[in-house]
Amino acid sequence: MAEPLEPAGLTVDGSAVEWRRVSGRYLAIDLLGTAVLLVLLEAATVPLHLLELPFAWPASIAVLVLCAVIAGLTPRRVRAIGYLLREDDLVFRRGLLQRKYTAVPYGRMQLVDINRGPLARLAGLSELRLVTAAAATQVVIPGLPEADAEQLRDHLVAVAESRRAGL
Amino acid sequence: MSDPSADGARPEGSRPIDWSPPTGPPVGAAGPATGRAVAAEPASAPLVDVPAAAAATARGLADGEWHRLHPATPLLKGGIALLAIIGVIIANLRERLVELFLPRSGGPEDPLDFAVRHGWLGWGVLAVLGVLLVLVLGYWLSWRMHSFRITDDVVEVRSGVVFRRNRRARLDRIQSINVARPLLARLLGASKLEINQAGQDANVNLEYLHRDPAIALRGEVLRRASGTSSGPAAPSTATPGAALVDRAVHEFTAGEEGDEGESVVRIPVGRLLGSILLSGYTLFVVVSGVASFVGIAVFQEYVVLVAVLPALIAFAGVTASKLLRSLRYRIVPSRDGVRVSYGLASTTSETLPPGRVHSVQIVQPLLWRPVGWWQLQVNRASHSSAQGAAGQANTTLLPVGTTEDALAVLALLLPGLEAGLGRGLDGALSAAVDSSASASASASDSASAGTEADAGAGSGAHPDGAAERGRGLLELALLAPGGAPGFSASPRRAAWLRPFSWRRNGAHLGASAVLLRKGAVWRSLTIVPLARVQSTAVRQGPVLRLLDLGVLQLHTVAGPVRPTLGAVDRAQLDTDFARYAAATVAATREDTSDRWGRVPASAPPVPAGPARGTGASSGDATSPDLATSRTDADGGDRRGDGRHDHERQDDERMGGAR
Repeated sequence: MAEPLEPAGLTVDGSAVEWRRVSGRYLAIDLLGTAVLLVLLEAATVPLHLLELPFAWPASIAVLVLCAVIAGLTPRRVRAIGYLLREDDLVFRRGLLQRKYTAVPYGRMQLVDINRGPLARLAGLSELRLVTAAAATQVVIPGLPEADAEQLRDHLVAVAESRRAGL
Repeated sequence: MSDPSADGARPEGSRPIDWSPPTGPPVGAAGPATGRAVAAEPASAPLVDVPAAAAATARGLADGEWHRLHPATPLLKGGIALLAIIGVIIANLRERLVELFLPRSGGPEDPLDFAVRHGWLGWGVLAVLGVLLVLVLGYWLSWRMHSFRITDDVVEVRSGVVFRRNRRARLDRIQSINVARPLLARLLGASKLEINQAGQDANVNLEYLHRDPAIALRGEVLRRASGTSSGPAAPSTATPGAALVDRAVHEFTAGEEGDEGESVVRIPVGRLLGSILLSGYTLFVVVSGVASFVGIAVFQEYVVLVAVLPALIAFAGVTASKLLRSLRYRIVPSRDGVRVSYGLASTTSETLPPGRVHSVQIVQPLLWRPVGWWQLQVNRASHSSAQGAAGQANTTLLPVGTTEDALAVLALLLPGLEAGLGRGLDGALSAAVDSSASASASASDSASAGTEADAGAGSGAHPDGAAERGRGLLELALLAPGGAPGFSASPRRAAWLRPFSWRRNGAHLGASAVLLRKGAVWRSLTIVPLARVQSTAVRQGPVLRLLDLGVLQLHTVAGPVRPTLGAVDRAQLDTDFARYAAATVAATREDTSDRWGRVPASAPPVPAGPARGTGASSGDATSPDLATSRTDADGGDRRGDGRHDHERQDDERMGGAR
């Protein structure tokens, strides 16, 4: 197997890279989300059992296996999420099977959103979303403790203002 | 944010970034004054009618006072429907006139007969007149209530009788200005001025204005947006014709939209027709046509005709309209950017200031390969309602052209691109470009390539060699059959994903732009100015992981161009990602196209980063820099004073300047 994608030369203040990770609580929340998904999907297979269709059991088992695989990969997937605050841009990485690294210059941010889902709110976590003029940017940093998220947002807005540019 | 209530109204936790023009003077200086002026202005402020100002200079319409639009506006915008209804009524009455002389008995009774029989004819006429009067009054009122003004910083439009609307847009955020003239408006000597801002439905339309003031106004608005310190544009040589006929004649004989200067590219009608005919759709129509005629000949089934004929007729219609729209295509450099105009009956002339092009793509469909034609498309932040040349979206700036044409238009859109590319080439690379350029010149019959190679060979001598070499690189990128010097090469294993184009697939990071080469069948070259890149990404999925490949993505505003390069060597991406990110940041920092007319030396010092934050909280609170701000008031119950209210509210949004 070939080496995975791992961009080099990402330095912060000239020193080696140390990615900032998401909160440990996010793992639990993510697993809880998978459990909810499992329950919903199993509930969807109940009518198949009631109608006594031949593929009812295979469907239920497939759903179970799918959710087990997702849950099994979750710890590594959560560990793969990280971001770097560099001098002029923010670098965000995520994904295990679908690896993606995105660099967003501070001067390009148009908006910084904080969202809180119902599960994340239980754990006191927030999700930070960066909006640029390009719809494809799609940088969403999940699993930040609320205070950290707000601090990060204020920091991003401040540096964005100091490096403002046109579109 | 100076206004806490504004924050409260936003979705939880979201916070907009406080933009203001990077190098402009503090807008707050003018903001408070104009802001107060609006709030204090009585509803019946004296308005200047456009006809009165027709002879005035450019300053005339852009003097900060409220002006009204062309008096024929209601007619052009919707009154045509009224005329049509009247026409139908008259046409129906004509039947009655005929019946008067050739009496016809029997048949159902129509409303007129019914009215006459009951002696209600007078009432009927009165009702019709009343409806007409209300309609005319409505149109007149909407014209009266529709006014605009242009100050040094903003253009503002207020309109609506029952539902009042107020829209204000910053001039320094202009993405493009469009002067469109539909056929009917041209007959009446009117033009539509569309000031395009970034975003969906964010344009400010001044429809309609008189032709000459509209063009003068365009020049003045662009001058103010550019931030130049030179004096106002020369007063237009307006010829407000006395009679309507005179004006109409002037409309059709005078040069197009005051676009002086020779067009850089000419599209002969034959080529235009050829480009439309050499398309996949034509192929489909021809094949299906032949197939159906064969079917008729063999099986004697005429039913097929029913299916094919409409398609053929539609095809002819589409071709004709595309042709008509692209005739008289002109692209001219002007002080304030590139001006593209086209159209025979209905004309459009759009000005794109520098730095408003977010990415460019030069494509060659397979059928155009033998004739060597290219099409040039761009991504842009604004969405103009006007159609582009060849009836396509107005993101197509060159419907068809030779290699030379495409490169000429590219040089207009991204000035400095060629020189930047040439300077970026190191010794070995530039030698490679020079030698390949001369090789391709000897191979191809293109005259331009010959001169290019000559210039390239002697480039050591001229100081301008950089531009020549950059042009050579672009030409190679377009025409070289396999890989091109200076471009990253995809490894052989990329052939699993790009069986035809893996050799061609490559990227070049220049000083000011990224070039992406793609496609062997459907050739394309994408040019992304680094100063317009919003973010950069590299990506790898499971399949790419197996092949040790990755995807490079440059994110720009949405449009027809997708600056993404697939099947790139993974090791190359690993090293390049940081380079692309750094180049984007550097280019963004140096970009000054926001205020393109400003001379760097005389520009006021750009406030340093940290100082800016304090500025926002204290004085220059013109900040929530929405390029366009808009207020819709549910006017029904608050027509009187409510209007002031929401204007004030608008001031708050624009500046908190009170």
